[in-house]
Order: sequence, then structure tokens, then C-alpha cells
Amino acid sequence: MDYSALLSLLDATIRLSTPLLLACLAGMYSERAGVFDIGLEGKMLMAAFAAGAIAAVTGSAWLGLGAALIISIMTALLQGAAAISLKGNQLIAGVAINMLAAGLTTFLGQQLFRQGGRTPQLSGDGRFGTIDLPLANEIGQIPVIGPIYSELISGHYILVYVAFLAVPITAYVLYRTRFGLRLRAVGENPKAVDTAGISVIKLRYQAVLITGLLCGFAGAYFSIAQGSGFGNNMTAGKGFIALAALIFAKWKPVPAMFTCLLFGFLDALQIRLQGASFGGIEIPVQAIQALPYVLTVVLLAGFIGKAVGPKAGGVPYTKER
Amino acid sequence: MSALKPLPRWADVALLPLLNLLLAFVVSGIVVLAIGHNPFTAIWAIITGAFGNGYNIGYTLYYATNFVFAGLAVAIAAHGGLFNIGGNGQAYIAGLGVIVVALALQDTHWLLIAPVAILAAALFGGVWAFIPGYLQAKRGSHVVITTIMFNFIASAVMIYMLNRVLKPAGVSGPESAMLAEGARMPKLGTFFAPFNYTPVNFSIFLAIAALIGVYVLIWHTRFGYALRVMGQNPTASRYAGISNSKMIMVTMTLSGALAGMVAFNEVFGVQHRLVLDFVADAGFVGIAVALMGRNHPIGIAFAALLFGALYQGGNELQYVISGLDRTVVVIIQALVILFTGAMEGLFRPGLQRTMMLFSPEQKAEAIARETVKSES
Repeated sequence: MDYSALLSLLDATIRLSTPLLLACLAGMYSERAGVFDIGLEGKMLMAAFAAGAIAAVTGSAWLGLGAALIISIMTALLQGAAAISLKGNQLIAGVAINMLAAGLTTFLGQQLFRQGGRTPQLSGDGRFGTIDLPLANEIGQIPVIGPIYSELISGHYILVYVAFLAVPITAYVLYRTRFGLRLRAVGENPKAVDTAGISVIKLRYQAVLITGLLCGFAGAYFSIAQGSGFGNNMTAGKGFIALAALIFAKWKPVPAMFTCLLFGFLDALQIRLQGASFGGIEIPVQAIQALPYVLTVVLLAGFIGKAVGPKAGGVPYTKER
Repeated sequence: MSALKPLPRWADVALLPLLNLLLAFVVSGIVVLAIGHNPFTAIWAIITGAFGNGYNIGYTLYYATNFVFAGLAVAIAAHGGLFNIGGNGQAYIAGLGVIVVALALQDTHWLLIAPVAILAAALFGGVWAFIPGYLQAKRGSHVVITTIMFNFIASAVMIYMLNRVLKPAGVSGPESAMLAEGARMPKLGTFFAPFNYTPVNFSIFLAIAALIGVYVLIWHTRFGYALRVMGQNPTASRYAGISNSKMIMVTMTLSGALAGMVAFNEVFGVQHRLVLDFVADAGFVGIAVALMGRNHPIGIAFAALLFGALYQGGNELQYVISGLDRTVVVIIQALVILFTGAMEGLFRPGLQRTMMLFSPEQKAEAIARETVKSES
């Protein structure tokens, strides 16, 4: 593999890991607050559809993004109402949200556009364009390191930068702010937080809102940045890979970024490896596709380190009378 | 005001699920209405599409067969406090067992193949669920996350098997060889003419047997008792000398074996070969079925029939109202899971309050309160 092929592989890695990273950080807020979220997939799908549909109707990617954020937050609130206020099973709420999103997006897509569940092809302002960072051309002329800047770092969609910027922000919020401290506390010991006079319910809703917001970005990325329009079930299990990444990163922001990059790299590699063989032995593409899931299972089993989630995760909080 | 009393059993078991179901239908109706169609026309189309004639009923029963197995798989795990959302993967892998056995024995008689195929399906599905069970019991990894991951791993494994291993020469699509004519589970239609051309087959009797078997297992055996104790209170069960880790592994294996029966019905009874994604999310429908049926075989039988009807009716919907199709059913299904599972508490306080108005104790209390007030 030569240098330019390597660069384009890494470039694809960044593009493919962006939605994973956004969804993974989204999950981090809610799980750190003690709400297990297996509905990441559903929220992204809803957001992707809203973005695709609104961008198609209005021709504006920004309005599409706005719609994605609103719909994703509303979905998150619905899930939150079930899991926090009504004290329902958080896992079942997630399953329901995923299924509802799969059904609703296909149904509405078919009803509104009559193209087999797809939204019309987006072009021009309906899609986010790529952004060239300053001096990309000039620096790109420098041999070896120049292309890293001009091809790898510059020339991505705005949402890519949002995703990678969200990592330090999340780290700051979680570890350096009062809100973050409380958020982490409510996931470990909600009773202590409650005793301190802070509302567990309110904190968990705030966390779920942020989750919805970030899932909105992730969903919009699918349909109006990376893709040109919404397609049936276009998130294709990425929400679950993000969940796997969250566990793999042990619910920490910076490791989450590296895990998402790793999973994105596996995805990029898998696309490149279709039909390739090494020394006569063909590696099945499916093996690479399944790798993130297998790694997560192995990690969860404690064979490569122990993944221990927030202690109060999955349990609705009931205030004592 | 005194604390709310728990609901009487009949209200908890029947009324509450019905109210939740009704809510799911109302919300789905609103969705249909919002799109500009008449929800009542849609409901009527679903009902007649599911039960209108023998052909429709045959299909309804075929779907219900799958959903009974998937629902029981979720329910048996739920009794032990485990949430198995890996039914899809377990059923998918079980298909491998069924097709290997059936292809190997296809020159014999279906009566000989059936029991071996059942065992193979149970074994493959069981093993695929045993691993998450083992990992939870021995290594402390959450069964929900592992079963999700195993769904995806199963999907990757099966794509590989169908494309590379099982695909016979000369076939272009990812599928296995076709079973010989004599090596197929007979369709009910061969004996009962109204069911002609429908996929409902002898597996439905296996489903009924499974319902009875699970009932006996959970409420009339030592194992079932231990299972329920663990589900209610794992700490108590440990102090009672029950090995929770052993119970988790056995329960998950049983759950996976039951999910595997979906493959038995599909592969041996309907498709007669292994095709891509033959499970078609039956594992997830199983969650809705178990939730609605309150994890009880009788409830599951009714819920499976309801979802079978919704599926078949949903298929017919597109011929009546253009534009509406099966996805409406997916929405209803999701809403059922949402309302009966996650938002189960929505009506409970209101219903409890309403019930108390009519209870004799409540009346007595109210009268007493009135008297105290007037005396003072």
C-alpha cells in the first residue's frame, strides 16, 4: 500500500468514525447519568430522516440539521419519559424506540415522497459541503506532511469538526464542571445526589436531552453530509457499534474517540478488502465486520481488561418517602 | 389519603395490557390519520386480511407459530430476571443446525428428520444463547449487551456461511440447497383444504406443545420454582442454596433453544432451504409478545395470535389502501412494546385510584371520614 492509498484509507476512517463518535458521546452523557441507552440507533435514524426530508423540501442543509436536532431531542424525551418518569425498563424503552424509528421513518418516507422510503436526492445547498481549512492548498505542497493537513485534516464536512470538537468539550463538561460532577454522581449513587438536595430526575432529563442533541448531529451526518438523502434503515446498526465503542472506551471521552477511530478504520478496511487476499488466504469481509462486536464481548467478559459501567445504570430512581 | 393498593390480579393481567394495547392502536390510528387515510378503513382491512378466509387464517397461524416460539424464549428468560434480546441471532444460527441435519437426512422420511432437526435447532440456538449466559454468570458481562452483539455476529456468520459454505454450485443468490420433496414438514393445507397454499405446517403443534411445556416447567417443577425465585430476588435465591450462575446458564440455553424453533418452522416447514435473514425480526416481535402476554403461556398464545394477525393483515393492507403496508404494523408493534413494556406504569396509578373508588374498604373509609368531619 503506498502513501496516498494509506492517506485515503485514513481519510475514510475519519469520515466513517464521525457518526460513531457523535453517537458514542451521546450515549456517554445518558449512561453516565444512569440511563442505559440502547436507543441510539433509533434516535439517529429519526434524525437522519428528519434532516433528509426537511433538506429535500426546503433545499437547506441548515434547516435539515435543525429538524434533525429537534426530532432527535423529542425522541430522546419520549424515551426519557418512559425510562425516568414512568420508571419503565430502560432497555425495553430503547428497543421500542429503535423499532418505532425503523417503522416511522420508512412509513413517513414512503408517504411523503413515494420513492420506496427514500427521500429525494439532495444536491447543492441541501447537503453540507466540505470545508477547506485555511492554507490547505499551500501547506499541501509540502512533501509527506503536507498531504496530512490538506487531505486528512482539511476538507471534511462541518459535522466532522463538530464531532471531534465535542470530545474535549465532553471531557471538560464531565470532569471540570459542577454539572459534570453531578452527572457522574447520579449515575453512581443517585441517592447521595438526592440527599444533597439535587433533583435526580432533572439531572437525568438534562443528560438525555444532550444525548438527543448529539444523536441529532449524528443522524444529520448520515443523510445530509455523508449521504445525499435518507435511505431506508441507513444507520444500519451503527448505533450499536457506538454502544460497543462506549463500553470499549469504558465510558470515557478520549478513549471513546480512539475507539471510534479504530472501529471506523475497521469499517474502511472492510470496504477496501472486498475480494482481496493475503498470501493466498482470503480474509472474509464478514470477519472484519464482526470484529467490533466480538471485541466488545471479549472486553465485557474481562479478558482484555474490565469494563465496569456506571453503578446505578439501568435502574430507575425511586425517591424514598 | 392512604397508599395505593396493588391492583387485583385480573386487572393487572388482563385490563392493564388491554388498555396499553388500546393506546398503541389509538396512537397508530393518529399516525394513519395524519397521513390522510381513514384509520377505521385500515383496521378493517387488517382484520379481514388476517381472518377473512382460510388463506388469510393460514398465514396468520404461520406467523403466530413463529411468535409463540420467540415469545416463549423471551418469557422464560424474563422469569429468571434475564432480558434476552438475542432471539434473532439465536434463531438465525439455529437455522444452520436445521439445514445441516435436514440436508444430511433428506433421503429418509420427514418423520425421522423432524425430531433430529428439532434437537439440532435447540442445540444451535441454545449454544448461541448459552455463551452470553455463561459470560453473565461467570464473567459478569451484561446479557443484554452480549446478546445484542451476538445478533450482529450471527448475522456476519450467516452471510459468510450462505455465501461461501452452503451455497450449492450453480446458484447465484446467497442460499443453501433445496430440501428434497419428501424431506419437508407437511403443510396443514394438504390435510385441510382451506389452508391450501399457505405456509402453516405441523410446526404449529410443536408450538402448542412448547406452550404447555413451558407452563409446566415454570409453575410445576422444582426448576421453575428456582427460576422464579432467582427472577424475583437473586439474593434470596442464593441464600436458599440455588446456584444462580448455573440457573442463568441453563435458562439462557433453554431460551435460545426455544428461539431456535423459529428456525425449525421457517427452514424445515416453510422455506425448505436456508435463505438470508429468514428470521425477519421475529426475535424482536417476541419481546412484544412476551410483554403483552405477561410472560404467561396463555397470554403469549393470544399475543402471538394478535401479532400474527397484525402481520398478515398488514401484508394485505397494501392491496386495500395504496401506500399503507407492513410498516404500519412495525409502528404498532413498537408502540405496543413502548406502552406495555416501558410505559407500563402509565395507567397503573389512575387505574388503582379508580379501582379503589369501587372497593368496599374505600367506601367505608370515605364514610368514616365524612362522619369525623361532621362531628368535629
